[in-house]
Amino acid sequence: MKFEQAIARLETIVGELEKGDLPLDESLKIFEEGIRLSKNCLKILEDAERKVEVLVQEQNGKKRLHAFTQDVENGSSSAKSKGQ
Amino acid sequence: MEGEISNLRTPASGHVYCSLKDESSQIRAVLFRSGAVRMRFALQNGMHVIVRGRLTVYEPRGEYQILIEAVEPKGIGALQVAFDQLRVRLSAEGLFDPLRKKPLPRFPRIIGVVTSRDGAALKDILSVLGRRWPTLHILIAPVQVQGEPAAQQIAEALDLLNAQGLAEVIILGRGGGSLEDLWTFNEEVVVRAVAASRIPVVSAVGHETDMTLTDAAADLRAPTPSVAAEMVVPVFSEVVDNLADLTMRLERAMARHCSSEHRRLDSSSKGLSCIQFRVREKIQQVDDMTDCLIEKVRSGVLAESDRVRRTNRELDKLSPFVMVRRNLAMVPLLFKRLERQVYALAATRRRRIEATAARLNSLSPLAVLGRGYGLLTKMSDGSVVKRAQDVRIGEDIGVRLADGKLNCLVKSVLPEGTV
Repeated sequence: MKFEQAIARLETIVGELEKGDLPLDESLKIFEEGIRLSKNCLKILEDAERKVEVLVQEQNGKKRLHAFTQDVENGSSSAKSKGQ
Repeated sequence: MEGEISNLRTPASGHVYCSLKDESSQIRAVLFRSGAVRMRFALQNGMHVIVRGRLTVYEPRGEYQILIEAVEPKGIGALQVAFDQLRVRLSAEGLFDPLRKKPLPRFPRIIGVVTSRDGAALKDILSVLGRRWPTLHILIAPVQVQGEPAAQQIAEALDLLNAQGLAEVIILGRGGGSLEDLWTFNEEVVVRAVAASRIPVVSAVGHETDMTLTDAAADLRAPTPSVAAEMVVPVFSEVVDNLADLTMRLERAMARHCSSEHRRLDSSSKGLSCIQFRVREKIQQVDDMTDCLIEKVRSGVLAESDRVRRTNRELDKLSPFVMVRRNLAMVPLLFKRLERQVYALAATRRRRIEATAARLNSLSPLAVLGRGYGLLTKMSDGSVVKRAQDVRIGEDIGVRLADGKLNCLVKSVLPEGTV
C-alpha cells in the first residue's frame, strides 16, 4: 500500500477508535490494522534514499537520466554520468 | 501608416486581405502568408493598427494596396493583444478551469523539476527539498527559461516527464528576471503543455503581481521556487512525529475503549454479581422453603407415623397375637417356674426317697449284716435258713456278710434252749 493511502487509512482508524462507537471486537480488528499500518509507514519512511538525477541530451538526440551533483560554491551544476 | 482594419478576409491560402481606413480615406492591404504566420496576434475588424509596408499596385483591379511587412496594434502592444486573445481562447477551452486543477500528492517520493540548470531557482528548490525531505528522488529536466527556444523546450520537458511517468509532481520554476522573460510562460505551447500534464504542476514562474497564463493553467501557483518546494513536500520530521502521534492516539483510544469496556464489564458484572447475588438469595430462599417443606412433611409424616404407631400399639394390645405373644412370652417364665417346681419337687422326692432309702437301708438286712449279722442260705437251693432245725450237719451254707459271702459247712446244730 502506498504511504499516502496507509496514512489516510490510519487517520480514519484513529478517528473511528476515538469516537468509541464500535463494538470491542471490531475495535480490536481495526486497532490491529492500525498498528500494522503504523509499522509499515515507519518502514517506508526509513527505507528511502536521496537521489538527484538530471535529464541530459546525449549525442544520439535521446535524453537519459544522469546523476546530478551541484557545485554550491560557484552556483554551477554538473551531471555525472551513471555507469551503464 | 495608421488605420482601422475592416473587410478582413482570411482565405485558405493563408494570405490576409483587409482594408485600412481612417476618417477620410482607405486603402486595401494584404499580408502574405509568410508574414501572417509570424503574427503574434490575430487581426480583427475594428482594430486600430500601425502598419509598415510597401505600396504596390494590384494590376487585376488597378488598385493601390499596401503590402504589410509589419503590423502592430495601436496603443496596446502586440504582445498584449496576443496575450489577451490567447487568454480568451484558452479560457474558452477550459484550460484555466479551477475544476481541472489536480490535487497534489501528500507524500510524493519523486519530484520533477523543470527549470534552468544554472539558475538560482534550481539551487533554491534543491535546497528546500533537501531540507524538508532528505530522501527524495528528484528528476531535473533542464530548460532555457527565456529566449526563443525556451517555450518549446519547456513544453517538451513537461511532455517528457509525463511520458516517463515517474515524477509524482512537477515544479516549473523560473528565477527573477525581466518582465519580457515572463512571456515565455505566456506562450501557447507552454500553457497547453502545463494544462495537458497528467502530473500535477506547481508553477513558480512569475512574481507576486505578474500572473502568466502558465500560472493560470498550473494546478498550483507559488510566488517563488522555494515556496513551490515547500508546497510540494511536507517536512519529514513532522510526518514522523505525526505518525508517532497517530500511533499513540491509536493506542490510547484502544486502551480507553478497553478500559471503558472493562468498566462497563465491571459495572455490568457488578450488576451481574448483583443479579447473581439476588439470584443466589432467591435460590437460598427456595432452599430454605424446600427444607421447611421437607421438614414439615417429615414432621407431618413423623406425627402421622407416631399416630400410626400408637394406634398400632393400641391395636396390638387388643390383638390375639398380642395375647398369644404375651402368653408365649410367659411360657418360658412358666417353664422356668415349672422347671423350678420340678426341680424342687424332684429334690423333695429325692429327699423323701433318700430318707426312705435311709430308713429302708436301716431296715435293710444288708444294714443288719453290717452289724454282725449274716444272711444264711442253703447252697443247694438258695433258700434262706431261718431256723437251725432246717439245717443238717454237713450241709453247705452260704453266709452273706456285708462285704461278701462265705461258703460254710455245718458242723453242728444246736437248737435254742439246748445247753
